[in-house]
Amino acid sequence: MAAPADLGVLQVMALRAMLLASIRRFFEERGFVEVETPAIVPSPGLDVHLAAFEVRAWRGEAVGWLATSPEYQMKRLLSAGAERIFQLCRSYRAEEQGRHHEREFTMLEWYRANASSDDLIRDTEELVAFVANALDQPAPEVQPPWQRLTVDEALQFHANVDLDALVNDEEQFFRVWAEEVQPRLGNERPVVVTDWPSSMASLAKLKPNGMADRFEAFFRGVELCNGFGELTDAAEQRRRFEQDQAERRAAGAPVYPIDKRFLDDLERGMPESGGNALGVDRLLMLLLGADSIQDVMLFPEERL
Amino acid sequence: MADTSDIKKGFKMLMDGVPFAVVDHQFVKPGKGQAFVRTRIKNMMTGAVIDRTFKSGEKLEKADTEERTMQYLYPEGDARVFMDTRSYEQISLTNEQLGENVHYLLDGTEVDIMLFEGRPIGVTPPTFVELLVTETEPGFKGDTSSNTTKPALCETGLQVNVPLFVNAGDKLKVDTRTGDYVERVKG
Repeated sequence: MAAPADLGVLQVMALRAMLLASIRRFFEERGFVEVETPAIVPSPGLDVHLAAFEVRAWRGEAVGWLATSPEYQMKRLLSAGAERIFQLCRSYRAEEQGRHHEREFTMLEWYRANASSDDLIRDTEELVAFVANALDQPAPEVQPPWQRLTVDEALQFHANVDLDALVNDEEQFFRVWAEEVQPRLGNERPVVVTDWPSSMASLAKLKPNGMADRFEAFFRGVELCNGFGELTDAAEQRRRFEQDQAERRAAGAPVYPIDKRFLDDLERGMPESGGNALGVDRLLMLLLGADSIQDVMLFPEERL
Repeated sequence: MADTSDIKKGFKMLMDGVPFAVVDHQFVKPGKGQAFVRTRIKNMMTGAVIDRTFKSGEKLEKADTEERTMQYLYPEGDARVFMDTRSYEQISLTNEQLGENVHYLLDGTEVDIMLFEGRPIGVTPPTFVELLVTETEPGFKGDTSSNTTKPALCETGLQVNVPLFVNAGDKLKVDTRTGDYVERVKG
């Protein structure tokens, strides 16, 4: 892969345009429809560790929040009968800033109805190889298939500890993950980590083995995407939302409302589906061998 | 009280009564999990560098440190004496506290002294110093391009690797961050 050297602004501009065009081409060739959903939403996502920007109108009246991901609205489209959809959009996370984080970043999210998380993993592998080619960075190491590891295997292999020992202490789990596991994931080739604990299922359904049907791909120690075999059970989804709200309240974090229309649509029926959310800035950073996502953005906060 | 959002390179914090300076830091947050700030921090008393991971938002105690420019005066036993040129206040640091930096002190050299709770704990010499060579094997005439080096002893006791053309009595420019020879100084 080419060294990033110091990418000039015009190079970044050109590379980003090629990247976005190739992503659109990839999905169009596979029969996906590009969709747009709003940036300002009635519920920005309830995961306990998410912080959203609140949006107010000029007299101070609350309007909503900036979406931390377009997930709820895209799933409502699945309930309405959409079969293959993708979106390239800005997502916003108020307290995330660092070499691999920017509070406003570009997200690629796509969904397949009547599909499993395995189908989505395959999409991800093919997409990354396709984009690398399109950018003229034909990286042999990203060619499918990627290695798969369960969370338990990743912990045993890189931190010499069993998931059982950490599953009841989420903070310790993520500390070990951040210090010992993640930095070593996908150093040679991307790796897909599956079988997350059910307590970290978020909007994923549970697998027959009791683990969450959730996967994340890592490349060179960077989390590239997070995908689910989607939860379609409205009652279970409501229960998880209420639990998230309780945890937010207990942690002193703002308690965002539940998106009722999303739950209503889920209730009316959503096909078994797979979905994935991928950080576009991180993908470009990794394919170019850059050190930070800021290196491959036109106007990161530090240069705005 | 500071917290992890104050962390940047050079930020100085107190842990178990010891001042640490941030050398490197990275915000890490799994898509669906607790955020952390991973840091590499330097113990300002011993120079030892360690890794420490803080929970994002964790409270930190700022270390009461201050840097003052002072002039090196003279050795005294196994210590060195410095003077604040404005207040004429004198302080001393042991050779052990100075470590390698003891080799970059010439009469009158201006250095930055790090004070922790008012007590001196370390010194930052100028990035480059000029030192006289007191001992080295004689040079070879005309050999100015070779990559081969030889050891040379400087007036302060510093040993550096120098090109073969350097002779005793030459003045050298030395990089105090690495202890490396930079160039021979004319005149």
